Amino acid sequence: MSTAASSSGDRTPTHTPTGLIAFAWTLVGIPLAYGLFQTVKTALSLFTG
Amino acid sequence: MAVPSFLARERIVARPGFNRWLIPPAALAVHLSIGQAYATSVYKTALVERFDTSLTAIGIIFSIAIVMLGLSAAAFGTWVDRNGPRAAMFTAAVFWSVGFLVGSLGIATGQLWLLYFGYGVLGGIGLGIGYISPVSTLIKWFPDRPGLATGMAIMGFGGGALIASPLSRQLMGFYDPSYDGTAGTVPSGSAVALLFLTLGLVYLAFMLFGALIVRVPADDWRPDGFDPSTVKSKALVTTDNVSAANAIKTPQFWLLWTVLFCNVTAGIGILEQAAPMIQDFFRTGQGSLVAATAAAGFVGVLSLFNMGGRFIWSSTSDYLGRKPIYMIYLGVGMVLYVALATVGSTATWVFVVLAAIIISFYGGGFATVPAYLRDLFGTYQVGAIHGRLLTAWSAAGIAGPLIVNSVLDSRGTPGELVAGDYRPALFIMVGLLAVGFVANLLVRPVDSRWHEPRKDPASDQARAASTRARSAA
Repeated sequence: MSTAASSSGDRTPTHTPTGLIAFAWTLVGIPLAYGLFQTVKTALSLFTG
Repeated sequence: MAVPSFLARERIVARPGFNRWLIPPAALAVHLSIGQAYATSVYKTALVERFDTSLTAIGIIFSIAIVMLGLSAAAFGTWVDRNGPRAAMFTAAVFWSVGFLVGSLGIATGQLWLLYFGYGVLGGIGLGIGYISPVSTLIKWFPDRPGLATGMAIMGFGGGALIASPLSRQLMGFYDPSYDGTAGTVPSGSAVALLFLTLGLVYLAFMLFGALIVRVPADDWRPDGFDPSTVKSKALVTTDNVSAANAIKTPQFWLLWTVLFCNVTAGIGILEQAAPMIQDFFRTGQGSLVAATAAAGFVGVLSLFNMGGRFIWSSTSDYLGRKPIYMIYLGVGMVLYVALATVGSTATWVFVVLAAIIISFYGGGFATVPAYLRDLFGTYQVGAIHGRLLTAWSAAGIAGPLIVNSVLDSRGTPGELVAGDYRPALFIMVGLLAVGFVANLLVRPVDSRWHEPRKDPASDQARAASTRARSAA
């Protein structure tokens, strides 16, 4: 991984690929969005049920 | 205790130019997984039938897990800070996952003690280590916005329950087609065993992903444009550090322990009883104006406010300050509890609005406390101090339900209770919040005698130069 850091002595500058950040956020965002959607659906029954 | 080199803290020190926005997903990968602990009610009835036992006997599984969370966070906090987040997240993933697998075996073979040991003890240890590690890491990456940082991670814990509840229902329906997720049907024991097996493997992969991408900042790293001296100008905020061993000797630690205990106990009082409570508040004779499906919707609303409060209130604390925001959680919380007890039964919307705001303060209290600790004790061993503070959560997990259940037991039988029966419990919560409010008012900056000695930059430079000279030779 190009973002990998090594030992504390290695101070070579690095660059974190935007694609990796987007991938990581998507990976946690999808299940969270699923959970939110399902909970909002359940919560709506308070007003309709 | 040494860790394998691939997990060592030194291996994950970020190089200059590393983007810190890769760290929140790493933290969320862990917290979204361990947040499943709040979704145990989905399979409670199935476990009661599988083991032919009482709801109390099954409820103990969750209690063991929460007690182990507090104990393991307190016991392993220093180890977590010393060895870094990758070792901690890896360890948490293994304990959490093995907890599910052992629990699955217990359900499949009909041995309840295995479920207690697996999910309760092993899983609980995973919960404790997994809870504190991402939080302290994010605090170090976001010294300019510690409230936002802790809010992001701990919001994930609330979000984990939102994911696990519907996912568990769908998986159990897949493993047992006769179960359709409605109140009338109960999944088979084998379906729950397979659910545990699946969750154990999925959570292992998800948490290991977090462990893989997590990094710690170098000691001299600062976010662009961040000047630590601006932080110091705020009252209560220190740039010094206090060790975990010393922190627990300070009154500030125990005042915060009291604040967290009171805030969590009061919140759990509503959360534990949410569905029956809204029905009881609007009971008319034998029935209730609020149907069972609407009551389930109310639980959903509370979950959303619990999660949202963690992020919104904790982020707001970066601007208002930690002490003032706890004055809001506890002071406004008192007013809302009194309103709930007196006018909560006048209309459903009044009840829902009051309860939702109270629960958002409950979540906010959880999420803001690590940032409060960082303000008072610095970042040096904030994970270990946070771990010790979480024993307040364990204590509240016992005290909250105990207070509410004992009051309700003395007032009548479930299904026949009305709004007035809840009043004594609600006023006890008001008293608890008042105690927490006073404790928060008493918080002052930590005495300098507890501060760790400051490193002398000149001697550090001399040591580095000498090391370079030796290497060159």
